[in-house]
Amino acid sequence: MATVETRNLTKVFKHGQPGAVNNVNLETREGEFLVFLGPSGSGKTTLLRMIAGLEEPTSGEVLIGGRVINDLPPRERRIAMVFQSYALYPHLSVYQNIAFPLKAQKVNRELHKQKVDWAASLLGIRALLDRKPRELSGGERQRVALARAIVREPSVFLLDEPLSNLDAKLRASAREELELFQKRVGTTTIYVTHDQVEAMAMGDRVVVLHQGIVRQIGTPQEVYDEPEDTFVATFLGSPPMNLVEAEDTIVGFRPESLLPAEVLVHSSRSEQAEQVRREHQLGTNQGNIIPLRFRIDNLEYLGSERILYGVLIGTRFAEKEVCARIPSRLGAEIQVNSVHDFVVPESALKFFDRASEKRTAPRAFLWQ
Amino acid sequence: MAISNRKLGAAMFLPAIVYVLAVIGLPFVLAFIYSVGDVKIASVGYHFVGLDNFRSVLQSPSFRRSLYDSIVFTVATQLVVLVGSTILSIALKDKFRGRGIVRFLILLPWVAPVSLGAIGWKWILDSIYSVINWLLVAIHLVRPFDTPMWLGEPTLAMISVVAVESWRLLPFSTVILLAGLTAIPRDIPEAAAVDGADFWRTLFQITIPMMLPIVNVAILFGVIFTFTDMTVVYILTRGGPYDSTQVLPSLAFFTGILGGDLAEGAAISIFLVPILIAVAYLMLRVAHRTEVA
Repeated sequence: MATVETRNLTKVFKHGQPGAVNNVNLETREGEFLVFLGPSGSGKTTLLRMIAGLEEPTSGEVLIGGRVINDLPPRERRIAMVFQSYALYPHLSVYQNIAFPLKAQKVNRELHKQKVDWAASLLGIRALLDRKPRELSGGERQRVALARAIVREPSVFLLDEPLSNLDAKLRASAREELELFQKRVGTTTIYVTHDQVEAMAMGDRVVVLHQGIVRQIGTPQEVYDEPEDTFVATFLGSPPMNLVEAEDTIVGFRPESLLPAEVLVHSSRSEQAEQVRREHQLGTNQGNIIPLRFRIDNLEYLGSERILYGVLIGTRFAEKEVCARIPSRLGAEIQVNSVHDFVVPESALKFFDRASEKRTAPRAFLWQ
Repeated sequence: MAISNRKLGAAMFLPAIVYVLAVIGLPFVLAFIYSVGDVKIASVGYHFVGLDNFRSVLQSPSFRRSLYDSIVFTVATQLVVLVGSTILSIALKDKFRGRGIVRFLILLPWVAPVSLGAIGWKWILDSIYSVINWLLVAIHLVRPFDTPMWLGEPTLAMISVVAVESWRLLPFSTVILLAGLTAIPRDIPEAAAVDGADFWRTLFQITIPMMLPIVNVAILFGVIFTFTDMTVVYILTRGGPYDSTQVLPSLAFFTGILGGDLAEGAAISIFLVPILIAVAYLMLRVAHRTEVA
């Protein structure tokens, strides 16, 4: 068991070009599941590969268990890594694949079978031990890769988009399994993904990366509810946060905070409305809401909820494109090309500095 | 006028078929016919003699010696080439300064005409003018006037022809192995590194086993090239001394063309056929399997 720390870690691939990873400082906690989240090209895989020792940092330090390990080759870092492609050894059977790290680490030969059995049964692949990787499905390969990673009980797990090669249904179940599995073995884990759902669902904390720079580190709730800048605000959440720009301020509100005005009408008997009202703490006090007129141009029905795309009408943000996400049973009369009264609770507004795009304290904001 | 696709296809194929028949098929059939007849250079007429030629060939000590030499020559060459090209391909895989030039230099023996290269080697290994001997004398490893006769002593002569043939085949094998090596996804050696394997373990347990199918292809091509080649032997030693480097193709040439006994020469070459067919069959099977995997 160990923690991973990076100090001013930087990687520049071509001299004179912007770095793939720039001055990254972060520290995992003991046994934590830390997720690197970012769009492609954000440097998350490069960062992981530097921790693994597969990429040499241009500058900065990598520490595992409090010790600088920049000069150690990957095999001496006591890490295990699962690659996006799984990188199983195609000429070896599943058993030999899982036993390979034991052989490489010169673990006592008598223990091999016992350890392979332990890893294989933990992942439910004992029936596959004699097969070759090409005879396995995607999900099975992923398990073999995991078994190979855990078999020698590393101090840190590094996972590079291990679910991206699975189909959507399998991905959801594999995600849950992986999460439970990590909790059980309790090994510090760093997980790279571009999928925000994976990041939110699995991570104890999420590191949001963009252009090689750490934008925010926090729990899923923190990065979602309290984004530190406009990149984090718009990268997380689907659809992304609505942003409207004024003189020196950008104001953002999540699509689920843009609600039909009907939820305020207390006489409405709708249970759904009552529930939404409670969730957003909309009391009788009309002062804490902002009324907006919203023309719906497009509408997506997603079963339990609907996504409304359109523009604001009136105010000084007229024609500004925004979207709303509302429960399906709410606002039955809302259709494409109609204009409706919507509200945003003032408490849901996030304020950003327009120049730096960083989060600022709430301030007075004129909507008219 | 419409020509059906079938006819057009057949017409397009015709030149290739004619070429193969004329250049390979005809001599091949002739060799069969000669091997069961009594044809000599400048003889007229043809008498069928059955398997007499084969019987005579089998009883000849020269033939047995050549068969043995052919096998030694081929196997030894393949061993040298295999080890050499594996090392070279691994050394040339990763980028370094001047890799392009090194790759070009290594490819040279393959693109140079074989006779030219062999003549160069004949001088390098010459009993009087050998630069190797000059060097050995200069560094006091051997005494002057008692230098090794590279092409004049049976064992040394075999080592010499094997060395030159290996020099010639090395580039081809290296290029094939390099292609196989580049086809291994980068993730795999990286996974081995993370799993704790050092360079040698990765090499022997991951890289080389994964290269095996392509190594098979290189070996089979090499066997065919070596087994049927007589240029190096012919130029360097003419099969000598005392037939100690005589291989089947050179023996067939000496017997059939220079010795004038076409029938017996043909019989000797026919002995190559079953061996080459077996190798070619294996080669195709391996190539097919590589493609599927």
